[in-house]
Amino acid sequence: MASPLKCDLCSNQATVHLTQIVNNKVHKVDLCESCAQAKGVTDPSGFSLADLLLKASLNPENAASDARCEQCGFTQNDFKKHGRFGCPQCYETFSTLVEPMLDNMHKGTAHTGKVPQKSLERKTLHDRLNGLESDLDEAVKTERFEDAARYRDEIQQLKQTFEQQAKPAR
Amino acid sequence: MKSNSSNKPLNSKPSLRVKAMTIASLLSTPSELTDTASSKCPIVLMTRIRLARNLAGRSFPGWSREAQRAEVLEVCREALAGTTPMKRSVKAAVSELTDLQKQILVERHLISRELSGSKEGAGMVINKDQTVSVMINEEDHLRIQVLRAGFQLKKAWNVINALDSELEERLDYAYSPQLGYLTACPTNLGTGMRASAMMHLPALVISGQMEKVVRAVNQLGMVVRGLFGEGSDASGSIFQISNQTTLGESEEEIIKRLGSVLESIIEHELNARAKLLETDAPKLYDKIGRAYGILQNSHLLTSTEAMNLLSLLRLGIDLSVFPEDSRTVIDRLFIEAQPGHIQNTAQHDLESVQRDVLRANKLRTEFATFAKPAFTINGQN
Repeated sequence: MASPLKCDLCSNQATVHLTQIVNNKVHKVDLCESCAQAKGVTDPSGFSLADLLLKASLNPENAASDARCEQCGFTQNDFKKHGRFGCPQCYETFSTLVEPMLDNMHKGTAHTGKVPQKSLERKTLHDRLNGLESDLDEAVKTERFEDAARYRDEIQQLKQTFEQQAKPAR
Repeated sequence: MKSNSSNKPLNSKPSLRVKAMTIASLLSTPSELTDTASSKCPIVLMTRIRLARNLAGRSFPGWSREAQRAEVLEVCREALAGTTPMKRSVKAAVSELTDLQKQILVERHLISRELSGSKEGAGMVINKDQTVSVMINEEDHLRIQVLRAGFQLKKAWNVINALDSELEERLDYAYSPQLGYLTACPTNLGTGMRASAMMHLPALVISGQMEKVVRAVNQLGMVVRGLFGEGSDASGSIFQISNQTTLGESEEEIIKRLGSVLESIIEHELNARAKLLETDAPKLYDKIGRAYGILQNSHLLTSTEAMNLLSLLRLGIDLSVFPEDSRTVIDRLFIEAQPGHIQNTAQHDLESVQRDVLRANKLRTEFATFAKPAFTINGQN
């Protein structure tokens, strides 16, 4: 065995190691003695590893639990209450909560389906435009006027691309 | 807007009235489910696909303030108005509709029960032949649905995929490369797609095999529900079968997998029918014959009983007891015998017993001219 594992619930050294196979997938949990006892893992009358995984991520001592979604103010407690998230951003804010859930919920954990190509292209352009605009501001502030002129031209060009895209396809 | 109705000064919101009227006229227009004869087939009544989509940077409807929902409704309606399938469509806010209109839309599978019960800012856009409906501010900002009579998964996918691509040109979807389309509930992540078929499985029900089928289907990652989705009963031996998971597989893979599960259920149903005919044809024919008699002569019919009787006649059609072309009649009546549709034919509010009278009247009239049964298979008569 390599370096000692840390408990999934607190940061003590883990001495209890559990493996369960659900939907042909291996799930592993490592716990310290006291957490294992507290969670009833030592009780042979049955417990669900999936439950434990979900609870581990919902554990109030867990680092992410204080997190509040910057975009919409949603908290982990709100999720426990509603079973729905507040906004798309929540998936990033609460990624430590989401990831263990997906394993049991879905066939895989990575999207392999349709990609909203047009939406993404538009977003990339927007991001580039924003970047250029702040570059332009910076260049003007520091009196690098040649750079500024170049940025301005690029911005012009990008905006034209936008206008063309905005025209209806038919 | 110029108003010609100046003789009606009391009507302070003329636009609402116009929209409510439009839904009313939509409900009296021929629709895919009630009138399309060409794609009717045994066992699979209809195919549906829905996509859950959300707008980037906005709270999901359940976590939004009224003003935010109103804004989303406006943005989505505008984007939808320019798309090809919605050129001839009707839009309405849930708050503009009467309870009866909402109920009828639910009975036609055009909106969900959840949407019909939702508050401000929820709305819908439905195309004229009622094959495409989009719910706005249900659980997600957009729930796009395409519905086809018969077994047409691929066709439904092609239509909904094209509409979704058109919308994406106008709307910034919430999307992550890892998790796919981001939805309010993590169970819809990834493709955001639920593909389903409404299946008529009387022989599996009669022979007591349905439980076994449900278990097997579950193991294959598919879900079985009643006619109106989660928690509804399976009156008329009609079941809805759909994919359970949405992440980790492409849309095409999900559709292919669902398709093959459906094919195998069809096979089991056909086997069960053959077995019933082989072992106890008189019993099966008796059920069908009695159903025909009741539909022709009853004076009180609940919607559950009507569904069960119609179900037996549909089975009769599949077994050539009745002519093929009468299948359209049955499928139309499956919808028109629902409480909302019956209420809609009356001038005033009905008690449920009065509805049962009206339902029986309607079915008596319909079946007065229905083809006579011909029980000729295997020499039975």
